[in-house]
Amino acid sequence: MKKSYQSLEDNSTNNMIQVIYRRLASKMSSLGLVILLTLSTSLNAQEGDPVKGKQLYNTNCAACHQLDRKMTGPALRNVEARLAEEQGLDREWLNSWIRNSAGMIKSGDAYANQIWNEYNQTAMTAFPTLSDQDISDILAYTAATPPEKDDEVIQQQVVVQEPGISNKLILGALAILFALLAMALVLVRRTLNRFAEEKGLETIEEDKGLPIWKAFVQNQFLVLCSVIFLMLASAYFVYGYFMQVGVDQGYEPVQPIHYSHRIHAGDNGIDCKYCHSSARVSKHSGIPSLNICMNCHKSIYQVAEETQKEGIEEYGIDYNAEIQKLYKAVGWDENEQKYTGETQPVKWVRIHNLPDFAYFNHSQHVSVAGVECQTCHGPVEEMEIMYQHSSLTMGWCINCHRETNVKVEDNAYYAKIHEQLSKKYGVEKLTAAQMGGLECGKCHY
Amino acid sequence: MSSNKKYWKSVEELNDNSSIVETLKQNEFVEEIPTSEFLGDKESLESSSTTRRDFLKYVGFSTAAASLAACEGPVIKSIPYVVQPESIIPGVANYYATTIANGFDFASVLVKTREGRPIKIENNDLAKTHNGANARVNASVLDLYDSLRVKSAMKGGNEILWSTFDEETSAKLAELSAAGKEIVLLTQTFASPSTSKLISEFKEKFGNVRHVVYDAVSESPALDAYEAKYGMRAMANYDFSKAMTIVSVGADFLSDWQGGGFDSGYAQGRVPKDGKMSRHIQFESNMSLSGANADKRVPLTPSQQKQALAKLYSLVVGGSVSTDLPQKIDEAVQKAASELKRAGSNGVLVTGIQDVNAQSLALAINESLGSKAFDPSTPILTRQGNNKAVAQLVTDMNAGRIGGLIMSGVNPMYTLPNATEFASGLEKTELSIAFSMKVDETSSNTQYVGAAPHYLESWGDVELKKGHYSLMQPTIRTLFDTRQFQEALLKWNGNDMSYRDYIKDTWGTGILSGSSFNQALQDGVYVGTIATETENTADAAESTDDSEATPAANAGAAARALAASAQSSGMELQLYTKVGMGDGQQANNPWLQEFPDPITRTSWDNYLTISAVDAKEKGLINEYEATGALNGSYANVAINGQDPITVPVIIQPGQAKGSVGLSLGYGRTAEGLKAEMKTGVNAYPLYQNFDTIQSVTVSPASGMHEFACVQLQNTLMGRGDIIKETTLEIFNTKDKEYWNPIPKVSLNHVETPVTSPEVDLWDEFDRSVGHHFNLSIDLNSCTGCGACVIACHAENNVPVVGKEEIRRSRDMHWLRIDRYYSSEDTFAEDNEKKDAFSGLTGDNGSLGGFGELENPADNPQVAFQPVMCQHCNHAPCETVCPVAASSHGRQGQNHMAYNRCVGTRYCANNCPYKVRRFNWFLYNKNDEFDYHMNDDLGRMVLNPDVTVRSRGVMEKCSMCIQMTQKTILDAKRDGREIKDGEFQTACSAACSSGSIKFGDINDHNSEVAKLKEDDRMYHLLESVGTKPNVQYHTKVRNTTEA
Repeated sequence: MKKSYQSLEDNSTNNMIQVIYRRLASKMSSLGLVILLTLSTSLNAQEGDPVKGKQLYNTNCAACHQLDRKMTGPALRNVEARLAEEQGLDREWLNSWIRNSAGMIKSGDAYANQIWNEYNQTAMTAFPTLSDQDISDILAYTAATPPEKDDEVIQQQVVVQEPGISNKLILGALAILFALLAMALVLVRRTLNRFAEEKGLETIEEDKGLPIWKAFVQNQFLVLCSVIFLMLASAYFVYGYFMQVGVDQGYEPVQPIHYSHRIHAGDNGIDCKYCHSSARVSKHSGIPSLNICMNCHKSIYQVAEETQKEGIEEYGIDYNAEIQKLYKAVGWDENEQKYTGETQPVKWVRIHNLPDFAYFNHSQHVSVAGVECQTCHGPVEEMEIMYQHSSLTMGWCINCHRETNVKVEDNAYYAKIHEQLSKKYGVEKLTAAQMGGLECGKCHY
Repeated sequence: MSSNKKYWKSVEELNDNSSIVETLKQNEFVEEIPTSEFLGDKESLESSSTTRRDFLKYVGFSTAAASLAACEGPVIKSIPYVVQPESIIPGVANYYATTIANGFDFASVLVKTREGRPIKIENNDLAKTHNGANARVNASVLDLYDSLRVKSAMKGGNEILWSTFDEETSAKLAELSAAGKEIVLLTQTFASPSTSKLISEFKEKFGNVRHVVYDAVSESPALDAYEAKYGMRAMANYDFSKAMTIVSVGADFLSDWQGGGFDSGYAQGRVPKDGKMSRHIQFESNMSLSGANADKRVPLTPSQQKQALAKLYSLVVGGSVSTDLPQKIDEAVQKAASELKRAGSNGVLVTGIQDVNAQSLALAINESLGSKAFDPSTPILTRQGNNKAVAQLVTDMNAGRIGGLIMSGVNPMYTLPNATEFASGLEKTELSIAFSMKVDETSSNTQYVGAAPHYLESWGDVELKKGHYSLMQPTIRTLFDTRQFQEALLKWNGNDMSYRDYIKDTWGTGILSGSSFNQALQDGVYVGTIATETENTADAAESTDDSEATPAANAGAAARALAASAQSSGMELQLYTKVGMGDGQQANNPWLQEFPDPITRTSWDNYLTISAVDAKEKGLINEYEATGALNGSYANVAINGQDPITVPVIIQPGQAKGSVGLSLGYGRTAEGLKAEMKTGVNAYPLYQNFDTIQSVTVSPASGMHEFACVQLQNTLMGRGDIIKETTLEIFNTKDKEYWNPIPKVSLNHVETPVTSPEVDLWDEFDRSVGHHFNLSIDLNSCTGCGACVIACHAENNVPVVGKEEIRRSRDMHWLRIDRYYSSEDTFAEDNEKKDAFSGLTGDNGSLGGFGELENPADNPQVAFQPVMCQHCNHAPCETVCPVAASSHGRQGQNHMAYNRCVGTRYCANNCPYKVRRFNWFLYNKNDEFDYHMNDDLGRMVLNPDVTVRSRGVMEKCSMCIQMTQKTILDAKRDGREIKDGEFQTACSAACSSGSIKFGDINDHNSEVAKLKEDDRMYHLLESVGTKPNVQYHTKVRNTTEA
C-alpha cells in the first residue's frame, strides 16, 4: 500500500491537489481493505461490488464527498438508504441525479433544488459515463458498515516506552565505583603506614623543596608567557562571544501553530513557492496568508492515521488539533463548511530577520539566480519545526557571492555585460562578486 | 605651620558671628534634611503595600530582567493577512492614478503605495495638462498621516456618530428649507462635474440654496475678464512652449499664478535649440520665481506695473494712455512692446495684477497678437471663486439673512481679511457645518464638523481644463471615521448611491461618450471632445460685444482706467504665495515648513521683503551671526486705519524700491497644528478686497527676528565657474572654448586641461562595462520650483530637523537648490570686473572691488543650481574615511554604508560640494524633534526600501540606488535589456520641466550620454579634478534685445 502511494506521489509532486487526493485515496483504500476483511461475509448479499465501488468512488467522488462528513458535497454513508427513508427517493432518482444533476435542478425537482440551494448553488459534476452497475458498486461501497474507530489502538500505542538503561545511571554507577576505589586506596595506605609504624620503620618524609606555585611566581619568563597566553585565550573567547551577538543561527522558536515543513514540503512535496509565492517577485518571501492554507485544508481536515500517530509519538503533537487551530484563526466552520468571518490572524514568530540596514531581495536570488531555497534555509523539507539554518551574517553572504557563478544563460539582460566582463577578467563564468555583488551599496542603502 | 594664611570658601565664613558658619562646622547641611517628615509618618509608611524588602526585590528583579533582556534579541512577530488581497504583494509597490484638487493645487498624479500605504506622489505622464506635481503636491502625501486630523464627526467640540450627525443636520436642513430660510454652500473650487450635479440636486431639494465658491487666494478678476469676453467663468490657458517672447507684468506664472502648472511648457522653450530660445521679460516688484528666471527683469512698484501694462497695450494694440513712468522703466516698456510686436503670434503677455481691467488688457493684447501660446478655447477651470459673492455672503450673514452655512475645503476665519465679520455672521446662522480635515480656525467655531478625508482617501472627478478630465480614487481605506462632503450631499439629497457610483453614473451619461470608465480610472485622465463648445464660446463673445462698446474701444477704456487707478501713497505691498506654503492649508506639513524658499532660501517663516534702499531709509537691518545665522529687524506693517502687524524683515535684492512683499499662508494659530508649525505672521488681514496690492505704511519695530536661512544673500563674487552662464549671442557665435572652457592647471609649466590623465592624482578605473549612471541638470530649464527637493525627502526618508537646527546650518536636505545672485546685469560683467582688479587698493583694487561685488545690486541676475552629491569618480570623501564607510560602485554611485559609519565627519570636511549631511541627533522617535517621524502615523510615509538613519551617521544623496537597483532587478527578472528612460531618480522623475535627467552613459544612445557630449556640459568645480557623475549645463540667457 505504502509503496504504491509513494510511486503515485513521485509522479505528481507538482500537482498539489492530486497529491492530496491520493492521500485521501490511500486512506480510503486502507479503510476499504479493513472492510473487505471484516465484512466479507455480508458482501455477497448486496447487488454491487464494494471493492470496485471503492475504486470508482475514489476516482470520481472523493474530491467532493466524504463518507461520514459534509464537504463540498454531502456525506455519502448509506446515502441510498437515507434517501429512501427521509425523502422517499429511489435508485432511479439517484441515477439521474448522478448523471445529470443540473438537468434535474432545471426540471424543478424539489429535492434536487433543495440540495442545490443548501450547497451554495453549486451543481454537482455530471457523470453521464457511469453505468448502472458502476453506480450500484459505488452505492454498495457507501452502504458498507464502517470499521470500528481505531482511536483506542492509537491510544494504546501511545504508552510511554520503557527507556533503556540511561547514560546517567551508568555514569552514577561508575562514579560510585571510583569513590569506593579511592576510599579503599586511602584505607590501604593508612593500614600500611600503621604497619610500618608498628614495625618501627620510619616513613621517609620527602624534601618538599619549593612549592610549584612559588617556583612559577619566581620564574618571570614563565609568568609573562602564561599571561600572554591567558590574554590571547580570553581575547579569543571574548571575540567569539561578541561575534555571535545578534547571530541567531539555530533559532527555533515555538510557533502559535505547530506547522510542520517536514510534512508539507517533505512528505507531500509541496513546492516552497506554492505558499511563499511572493519570493518570486518581491523582496519578501512572504508568510503565506491563511487563505493559501485553506486551498488544501478545506478538504484536509485531519491527517492520515499513521501521520497522527507519528506526530504524537515522535513530536508530542496532535496534528489534527493544529489543523483546528488553523480553522479557528481563519474562521472556518467545519460543520457548515463556510467561513464565519471571525478571524484571528496568526502571530507567527519571525525567525529570519535581517537588520533594517541590509537589503535582501528574494526574487533576485530565487527567480533571477535560480538559487534553491535550501541553499540558505537548509533542509526545510526535513524540519519538523522551522529554524534558522544559516548564520545570515555579512561574511556568509559575501562568501556565497564570491563562490557562486551568476546564472546568465537565457537572460538578455546579462548578455552584453557578461561578454564584456568575462573578457576583462579572462574567465568563462563570472561570480556574483565579479559582477559587482560585493559593493557596499548593493545591499546597504 | 609655615603660614597663617586663612583659606575661605565663602564670604560668609569671614563673618565671625555667623550662625551659619557655626552650624556648618557641626553639620553637613545648614538645615536638617527633612527625612523624618517622610520616614516619621509611620502611618503612611505602614499602609504602603511596598515594604523596603519588596522594593529591593523589585529593583533586583528588574535589573536582572533588564540585563537578561539585553542578552537576547527581541522576539519579532510577523502577522500575515488572513485573506491576502490579490493586488497586494508585500514588498512590491502598486501605483494608482489619482488627482489632487484641494482648492489651491490641482494636478493629475500617480501615487506609489506599499503594502497598501501611499508613500509617494509622482507625475502622471499620461496627463496632458496639470501633470507636474509641485513641491506642495509632492508633500501632500504626508498630510494624509497627520495625527492631528479630525478623527470623526464632531458637534460643539465633542465627537459624535455620523448617524447622529445625519439625523440632526438633515432635520435642521429640512426645517430651514420649510421655513424658506436660505442655505449657503461655501466651498472651495471643486471644478468637479459630479459635485456640480450634486449641488444642483441639493438646490432642487432644499429650494433656497446659494452656492458660493471661495478661493483663499482669489483669481476673480481674471475670471471676470474672461467671462466678459468669452461668456464663461474660467481662465484662459497658456502654453508657454509655443511662445518665443514672453512678457509678464507682475505674473509669477512659474509659481501659483492662475492655478499654476505652466512651468513645464515654459521650460521647453528655454533650452536653446538650433540657436533659438524664448525670451522672457518680467516686470515685477517682488523677486519671484518668474523674475528669477527672466532674461530681463524690470523691478517696478505695483502701481507702475498697472501703468506699464496700460502703456504696453497702447503700444502693441493701439490707443493712448497717459503714464508717468520713470524714464528707465518707460524705455524698458517700449522695448518690451516692440519685441512683442515683432514676435507677433510668437509673443505672449500675461499679468498677475488683480484688476479686471488689467486682465482684460492681457486678453486683448494676446488676441491682437494672435498669440499661439494663448488658448482661450480650452480655458482652465481650477479657480472659480467669486470675490463679490463672498463679500455679499459676509454681509448677508451679518444681516441674519442666512439660515444655514455648510462649508467644505475652505477656512474663511483664517483666510478672509474680514475674518471677524465672518465670525460674527457665523454666530447668526442657525446651522453651521464645516467639512474639514482639521479643527482649524473655522471648524472650531461651527456647530458641526464633518471630518473630511484626505484626497488620497476620496473619490472625485475634476475638469481641470475644458474637456480635460481627471479622476480621483482612494489609494487607502479611510484612516479615520471620515466622510467626504459629496457623500454627505448624497445623504442629504436622500440618495443611497455611493459617490463612486454617482461619479460613474455622471461620467457614463455626460462625459465618457462610450469610453470605458475603468480605463479612465486606470489612466486617471480622460480628454473629452470639445469641438462643439468652441462655437458656443464664440457666440457668447459676440453677444457681449453687442451689449457693450466695440472691443478695442472697450479695452482702450480699460487701459485708461487702469492707468488712472495706479495711484499709490506710501509703500506698496505685494502679497504673494510661497512655493512651499501656498495658501496655508498645508501648514502642519513639516516637509513644507522646512522647505527653503527658492529665492530667500529661508524656511519656517514668512517675512517682509524690502529693497536695500528702503531698508536703509527706515533703519531696518539684516545681520549675520558668527555662526552664519541670519537675524532681521521687525517692522510694523499697517493699512491705514488698521492695527499694524509686526513682521520680520528680509532685505531682498531685486525688490522694487517703494514696494514690499509678504507671503500669505503663515501665522496659523488653530489647534490642528503642532506648536512648531505655528510660525510666521498671518498676512490675510492685509488682503483687503482680495487685492494682492495694498498701500501700507512700514515702520521699524523693536527686536530682532531669528531666521532659519540656509544660504545667505551674498553674490557669486565673480566665481562664474560654479554657475557657468553665457548669452545666447555668444553661445551662437563663439566656440565652446570661449564660454565653457575646461579649466587648466600647470603641468611642467604647460597648461594642461584638468581632465587629462597626467594631471590626475588618482588612477583611472575602467568604467566602460555595465551601467554608469549620470545625472544631468540643465540650468536653463531649471526654474527652481523645488519639487525635486520634496520628492527626494519622500523617497529617501530625509528627516526634518526643525528651525533651530536649520539655523545652525544642520539642514538634512540631500538635494538643495542653490540660488546665486550676480551683482551686475550679467555674470559676464561680474567676471570682467573681477578680471580688471589690479592691486589691493585703489580704484581698481580688489579690496573695494570685491566689496562692491558682495553687495547685491538693485536688480541682480539670479541662477538656480540644484546640488546633490556629485558622485565623483575620484571622490575626496572616500579617501579620508577611516572605516571605509564611503566607497565607490562600478555603476558610478558613491555608496554610503550607514552601518559602517562611525561619524568622524572627515568626509564632509573633505567634500568640495558640501553635500554630506550629518545626523547630529536621533531624528526619529525623539520628542525633541516632534515631526512626522515621531508618531506612528507619520512614520507610515517612510519608504521601506531606504534605511532610516540613526544618530551619529553621515548621509547623503545615494543617486536613488534603491530605484536603479530595482530597475535592474526588474529587467533581470524579465530577462531583457534596459531601455533608456527606465532609470530614474526621485528628483529626475519629479522634474516636470525636464531639467534633471538621469540615465546610463554606457548606453551610448541614451539621452544623458548625448547630453554629456553637449557643448554646454560642465562639471561643478571641475578644476578640483573630482570627475563628478553629475553634469551641469551652462545657463544661456537670451539677452538679445529684438
